[in-house]
Amino acid sequence: MSETGWTTVESVLKPGRYFLQGDEAIAEGAIAAGCNYYGGYPITPSSEIMERICERFAELGGGRVFIQMEDEIASIGSCIGASWAGAKAMTATSGPGLTLMLENIGYAIITETPVVVIDVQRAGPSTGQATRPAQGDMMQVRWGAHGDFQIIALSPWSVEEAYTETIRAFNLAERFRVPVFLLTEEAVGHLRENVDIPAETRIYNRIRPQSKEPPFGQAEVPPMPVFGQGHELLVTGSTHDEWGYRRTSSAQAQQKLVTRLSAKVTNHLDEIIEVEQRFCDEDELDILVIAFGFTARSAWRAVQAARQEGIRAGLLRLKTIWPFPEEVVRQLALRSRAVLVPEMNLGQILREVQRVAPQAQGYHRTDGEVIVPAEIHQAMQEVMRS
Amino acid sequence: MKTPGSTESILSCIRAEAFPTPFCPGCGHGILLGAILRAIAELGWSMDEMLFVSGIGCAAWIPSPHFAADTLHVTHGRAIAFATGAKLFNPALKVVVIGGDGDLASIGGNHLIHAARRNLDLTAICANNRIYGMTGGQVTPTTPLGIRTATTPQGNTEPPFDLCRLVAGAGATYVARYSVYHIRPLIRSLKKALTHKGFAFVEVLSPCPTQYGRRNKIPQPGEMLRLMKEECVSLDRAKEMSQEELEGKILIGEFVS
Repeated sequence: MSETGWTTVESVLKPGRYFLQGDEAIAEGAIAAGCNYYGGYPITPSSEIMERICERFAELGGGRVFIQMEDEIASIGSCIGASWAGAKAMTATSGPGLTLMLENIGYAIITETPVVVIDVQRAGPSTGQATRPAQGDMMQVRWGAHGDFQIIALSPWSVEEAYTETIRAFNLAERFRVPVFLLTEEAVGHLRENVDIPAETRIYNRIRPQSKEPPFGQAEVPPMPVFGQGHELLVTGSTHDEWGYRRTSSAQAQQKLVTRLSAKVTNHLDEIIEVEQRFCDEDELDILVIAFGFTARSAWRAVQAARQEGIRAGLLRLKTIWPFPEEVVRQLALRSRAVLVPEMNLGQILREVQRVAPQAQGYHRTDGEVIVPAEIHQAMQEVMRS
Repeated sequence: MKTPGSTESILSCIRAEAFPTPFCPGCGHGILLGAILRAIAELGWSMDEMLFVSGIGCAAWIPSPHFAADTLHVTHGRAIAFATGAKLFNPALKVVVIGGDGDLASIGGNHLIHAARRNLDLTAICANNRIYGMTGGQVTPTTPLGIRTATTPQGNTEPPFDLCRLVAGAGATYVARYSVYHIRPLIRSLKKALTHKGFAFVEVLSPCPTQYGRRNKIPQPGEMLRLMKEECVSLDRAKEMSQEELEGKILIGEFVS
């Protein structure tokens, strides 16, 4: 069995420079992180992830399992089953498929099952525009499942980051025994860029119990046993005690379980939240642009253009969307006269920003087109004037 | 000494602390629970190499938490999907799905036919009580015509699925039907299903006096079991019967083996 906890392994791809599509980079990132189970269902614009995994698993062998399931519900279900059988499992989809997966996302949360779900966002609602980019699933991943819970969701802005953030998604899933989302957009998924693959990859493998330890309690993140080793595991989506016995009428069991499930994320924000600050060092900023994913690329160009004009503009790029990096947003917003949140939706993250930075204003596009630098540059001027 | 099939060997497959079962008086699921464990015990299998996957509903509680094995109690209808992932990743696991008719054939119908088509090495046992028991007695895709349920107060007007023919048509390589009344042939069939390589499906008719019987003037468990016995006709006997004689009968036996 491979080492548990943090460990450094040789990268699966030979180190060097590769020209990859975003979707392909996600597949390679998953393989680098140790992904050895993939259950999926075709959907534009994520299908290339599945196709790459299918091809590469066959090449690499070593017990890696790929299956195309009958629908998205079955895809995520099979991933969770495989995860308990010891796999690092992943599925990829887009908005409509994600909607179908939500019931089992809730199941992964309550059973503390590591699984990675890639959402290559397209324009919605419903079938919408399958080949057009959007950032409209920010709230679907956050609140789509029912009940109370925390969610981890990451957002890469480049093909290289599609690779590295997929690895991070696996590491966080294994570290905290949670489902982790990688939220990208068609624009990154189908973008082609250079990716530099390092010789080594730092990965986290879930902790196994040393003896018979309760799989659902005591420790904040309990060690996770594997099927077939005599643990007599009781895994259930019903409210349960630390050994997995259903406690569907116990107020205390419900409170204790749901509180711990949330706390294991909120107690470790430092490990989970990653942001990038560019030109944010000054005591006061004329304008702070907060962006993520593909939109952050245009925002960076716009901020650079504003700097050329002598405007003290800064970019805060959210690599972690959930849990929301509200502390850094609050601190930077306090030093910023204006705050602009451009996003490819009608204001999903803007509202989160406004909770801690009431002066924030949005720039939105939901027509299936990416936001270009000139638009953000103009929006910055307008926000600064207002 | 635990001789295969002995009472001791069966008791060692059970979590004693999980009893009493949650099943209503007269429910057939307890008989099926015993039959499954007897089949495993008679095969001399270790529960440590087994995984039981179940969804939502009364039948899903047969393995979870009563079986002293790994159990995965999942979302409604999805047990086969979860089982598929576990089995594919660790083929050494002996994976058994247990579910009711609503769970496996209604909300989970898509997964059922696709598992049969793939002929993946799983055993699926459908405890068919022909009603949604846990949610209060609503009609299911296997409720016979004319039967009164909470959602067919005037009698069911939708023809039911013949699950065995459905699953056989989809490609399963072992398909059988018995009732909990036919306990010895049922145990023999379960043993064949468990050892079968490929997708094995056993439908087990199980009485639900609480939700089905009471609404249809058969509230006595004994009476329900007797009627179930009379309703069932073996495939061999059916060959010598006319269409009229077979009207309203349920065929039992091995459909595919």
